[in-house]
Amino acid sequence: MLMTGADIVVETLIEQGVKTVFGYPGGQVIDLYDALFKARHRLNHVLSSHEQHAAHAADGYARATGETGVVIATSGPGATNLVTGIATAYLDSVPMVAITGNVGRSLIGRDSFQECDITGITLPITKHNFMVQDVADLANTIREAFKIARSGRPGPVLVDIPKDIQAAIHEFEPFEQVTPEENDLAEDEEILSAVQMIEESKRPYIYMGGGALRANVENEIIELADCIDAPIGTTLMGISVVPCDHPRYLGMEGMHGHFASSRAQHDADLIICLGARFSDRATGNVAKYAPKAKIIHIDIDAAELNKNVNVELGIAGDMKDALRRIIDQLETVERPAWQKRIAEFKAMQQAQFERVENQKELTPFALINEISKYADPSTPIVTDVGQHQMWVAQYFPFKMPRTFITSGGLGTMGFGLGAAIGASLGTGKRTILFTGDGSFGMNLNDLATVFANQVPVVIVVLNNRVLGMVRQWQTLFYDAHYSHTNLDARQSDFVKIAEAFGIPAFRISSLEELPETAAKAMAKSGPVLIEAEIGRNEFVLPMLPPGGSMDQIITDIEEQEA
Amino acid sequence: MMEHFEIACLVRNSAGVLTRVSSMFTRRGFNINSLAVGPTEDPALSRITISVNGDENIRSQCIKQLRKLYDVKDVKEMISEERVGRELALIKLKNLPETRSDIVSAVDIFRCKIIDFSPSTLCVEITGEPSKINAFITVVEPYGILEMCRSGLVALQRGCSYLNEDIDFRTANNEARQ
Repeated sequence: MLMTGADIVVETLIEQGVKTVFGYPGGQVIDLYDALFKARHRLNHVLSSHEQHAAHAADGYARATGETGVVIATSGPGATNLVTGIATAYLDSVPMVAITGNVGRSLIGRDSFQECDITGITLPITKHNFMVQDVADLANTIREAFKIARSGRPGPVLVDIPKDIQAAIHEFEPFEQVTPEENDLAEDEEILSAVQMIEESKRPYIYMGGGALRANVENEIIELADCIDAPIGTTLMGISVVPCDHPRYLGMEGMHGHFASSRAQHDADLIICLGARFSDRATGNVAKYAPKAKIIHIDIDAAELNKNVNVELGIAGDMKDALRRIIDQLETVERPAWQKRIAEFKAMQQAQFERVENQKELTPFALINEISKYADPSTPIVTDVGQHQMWVAQYFPFKMPRTFITSGGLGTMGFGLGAAIGASLGTGKRTILFTGDGSFGMNLNDLATVFANQVPVVIVVLNNRVLGMVRQWQTLFYDAHYSHTNLDARQSDFVKIAEAFGIPAFRISSLEELPETAAKAMAKSGPVLIEAEIGRNEFVLPMLPPGGSMDQIITDIEEQEA
Repeated sequence: MMEHFEIACLVRNSAGVLTRVSSMFTRRGFNINSLAVGPTEDPALSRITISVNGDENIRSQCIKQLRKLYDVKDVKEMISEERVGRELALIKLKNLPETRSDIVSAVDIFRCKIIDFSPSTLCVEITGEPSKINAFITVVEPYGILEMCRSGLVALQRGCSYLNEDIDFRTANNEARQ
């Protein structure tokens, strides 16, 4: 069937199973938006307030559903506004296809109005990108983009389409949905070595990252842990793979990790790392990382093996298959001495938790704990970046995979609201966003999108009127020089802001108000905002001092100052 | 001399492919010593030969990161005992009566050629292993090098092993289009 390039784009998206796209129109995508108009009953388009938020929404959609997120932007500023969103998806390996318009081919290279070299700009933050030079290649290029985004280690792919290509007429034939490339499988010798290393170990520790989430291996991980009597720790990105209340689960490790998992990892003699990249935030000082341990690293991306930490055994390939084959060769064992040690760490951790739980003020813990009572096991929980992000990672009782959505690798303040919109629209579920006054200040114009689409997002703003994470570092390591982290000069009233966008809002200023106000807010079925005033001297603890190793974890600020 | 290694890769002959490869080096902080790119027997493919400074960790990361690039079809390390390699250099020297005969004997000993001659300058063409070219440069430097350019190493594996053993890229590409 003959149709325009713009129609071909839309038909290819529909053919590839896309139901919702996020975007913002502009001069060089008018043709594409005309095609979206014609196909509006078959493909849903969500208009954002800013292309960055549209990219975060596509990202949140992908993280919550496991599908590929799609975002559309115009040339020039529209395309450059996507950059932070694409980089965020790249650092967290999220499958995304970004489609940008560009000026017509005859105008390219002439510094035309709203022209920019977006394929050049996004080169280091995409798995691959394309500029379509011929309408005959258009449909296959988009199909290839989906294939690349979904194959192996997922990631964002950008397709730049000049305006004249969108207008050109060409034949279109629908095709089936592309399937990702098959993953490599581990060699038998590798499986055998892994089994031997596990059998020789006395203190094994399982450590999962975002790769475990994407490999859908929650059952295999628990089975392996039961079989070899090992505890399970996680990176920030691996949170929600294993339910937080699972007896083998020790929590997050690293810079603001849980005490028990960080200490257990430090003492382990074998670390089985599943789909993590040993980032500096997770390992602390790499030179002093896990000094007693041998490491088995299973990852879909061969380039991750021996990249940040040298490992004794690296297995590049399909994680589910590798874990199954390892488990099949293992005998179930018990390791009472190791479990005793872990129980001690857990008891020390419990003592810290109790100190936090028993505080008689509106603490981040009290707030997160109260809100968590209104969440189903499958409610997507989204965060922005900063102290509140770490508190949610530490305290929220996650129960199902893909329910924790956060910008881990890039640490993008302003990620949250867009991602929450995408997660909610993707899953059809009420979604809870925890954000801070700093992060929310970067993206609150997307409240317009929340209202326009009546997206059921509960926005919880933890307001301490400081940029808390940087301030915490200033307190601890910069002689309390609070350089530009004090926001007292701002008099932003987040309740009024939400109301101005048409969204009901509540303020919580004290622990006493918390249960009743939270109940009122959570009784709303549509979007709602809660501004919670918390103290600015709340610190994220535990904390690994910069350059420190896991056994030097700070659990108490007074202790540190003494 | 700093540790270095040599890599040959076959890449899709598409717009921007050299940028994609070199941008990966920049992004990962790898240090390119020389890079040579040109067409191959297959019009769909180009071949890039890269000499890189770095240790064992950088070597393995570099190869693995290259393999991840969509446009890169094959990557092999060129190990010096198992490959034939050549580099071409053109070197323009001061042509003074008192040094001319020394230059001519150096050219003779290194088996290179004088390809241009003017009353005040002469230009030498030298081909060989990069180490041979380095040695020649050391010899002629005192006579005054006015300018020079080097092609960077190009290399093929010895014997019957070659790079595109596993791929018939043109066929694969045609299938994708259908």
